[in-house]
Amino acid sequence: MPAPSTPSHKIRIVLAKLGLDGHDRGIKVVARILRDAGMEVIYLGLRQTTASIVAAAEQEDADAIGLSMHNAGHLTLAPAMLAALDEAELDVPVIIGGIVPDADVDILMGAGIAAVLGPGAPAAEVVAAVRDVVVS
Amino acid sequence: MSIRNLPVEKLVARALEGNRRAVGRLLTLIERGGADADEIADLTHRRTGGAHIVGITGAPGAGKSTLTGQLTRLLPELGLAPAVLAVDPSSPLTGGAILGDRIRMDDIAGEGTFIRSVATRGHAGGLALSVPGCVRIFDAAGFDPVIIETVGVGQVEVDVVGAADTTVVVVNPGWGDAVQANKAGLLEVADIFVINKADRPGASGTRRDLELMLDLSHVSGLEDDSGYRPPILMTTATKGKGVAAVWDSVQAHREHLTASGQLSTRRVDRLRYEITNRVEARLHAEAAAAIDGVELSDDLSPIRLATQITDQLLRD
Repeated sequence: MPAPSTPSHKIRIVLAKLGLDGHDRGIKVVARILRDAGMEVIYLGLRQTTASIVAAAEQEDADAIGLSMHNAGHLTLAPAMLAALDEAELDVPVIIGGIVPDADVDILMGAGIAAVLGPGAPAAEVVAAVRDVVVS
Repeated sequence: MSIRNLPVEKLVARALEGNRRAVGRLLTLIERGGADADEIADLTHRRTGGAHIVGITGAPGAGKSTLTGQLTRLLPELGLAPAVLAVDPSSPLTGGAILGDRIRMDDIAGEGTFIRSVATRGHAGGLALSVPGCVRIFDAAGFDPVIIETVGVGQVEVDVVGAADTTVVVVNPGWGDAVQANKAGLLEVADIFVINKADRPGASGTRRDLELMLDLSHVSGLEDDSGYRPPILMTTATKGKGVAAVWDSVQAHREHLTASGQLSTRRVDRLRYEITNRVEARLHAEAAAAIDGVELSDDLSPIRLATQITDQLLRD
């Protein structure tokens, strides 16, 4: 018989669009992919700020943050997100998804982004990336 | 040291001092269940009772999140520190969930509001099994009121009544008719009715249907028993219209509960309800495991098999 008191660990991830960027088709697809992988997706949607994402990650005790970026602002916004998390002393891995030129991927990874997923990433790769960066 | 590695006792101590990250972590541990969750309940159980617990329920898309968001903007202005538990459904197939209530709240929520999204994780009835435990943490940490927003409900998911002091039922213009209004279930349990999207056609008709339904409670004597008639309020939550009146009604209901002595009755009922849900969940899990192991047979009807399994379970 299963012990009913067995704790159940579920990955909880905050998904958001940071800044002025209205392209949310991709992030909605990702939300669905992660849901179907059994994760709990806290969906913040459009026009979030670093402050609103930090607050959500704290209140939701998120295991990871996924940011979707299609506005070529990733080299500015991603470091800003990391700085905001640092300032809040919140140790949550950040994954970037969207249009990121190959040349910028290393820069983002070097800055402390945990993973970068491009527009061609298959569902299994998206799920594996999240599982990999989550330290439980 | 990351707060994630703190022992439960220290986490609770930090949460009681108002540390929001500790509150967030405790909520996770409560949701996970197990020994940590049991210990947290032990440590917070005696520190509760201060917060007024408001349930907000209604059909999907009725405007529960938007109304809740507007309340969380208003309440800090009144000097209150609200917390929200926003419940959304888990997939019965994968266990995953998209928790999207924050979309309608974050922009409007006032300073200091704590919003937590909760997945039902297999629990029916409109809430998650962990909700009373999560409410206890908010209550012990000094949040007041605690607002519980249920999943979008149909007619029978009335768990929220067992979890809240005041239940607000949100409906929309054009919803149902006078017969719908008198069906048993959700509408019977409302302490306050809100007709949201009241700028749309049909709002006054919906109001009339609800008033007539309440008149019949008067005729049947139900209203005399409780000494209370639920008010019907009109809101346009997207614009914040009518929201202050909703809060006034919540307070009026609270005063009624206190004056009539029903507050303590409701709270005793609430504890019993939590116990019932816990016992049922455990029995359910044990029954499911027992049923999994049963061989079906042409000679025994499903009813006979069910009786055998039940008898066996009750003997164990």
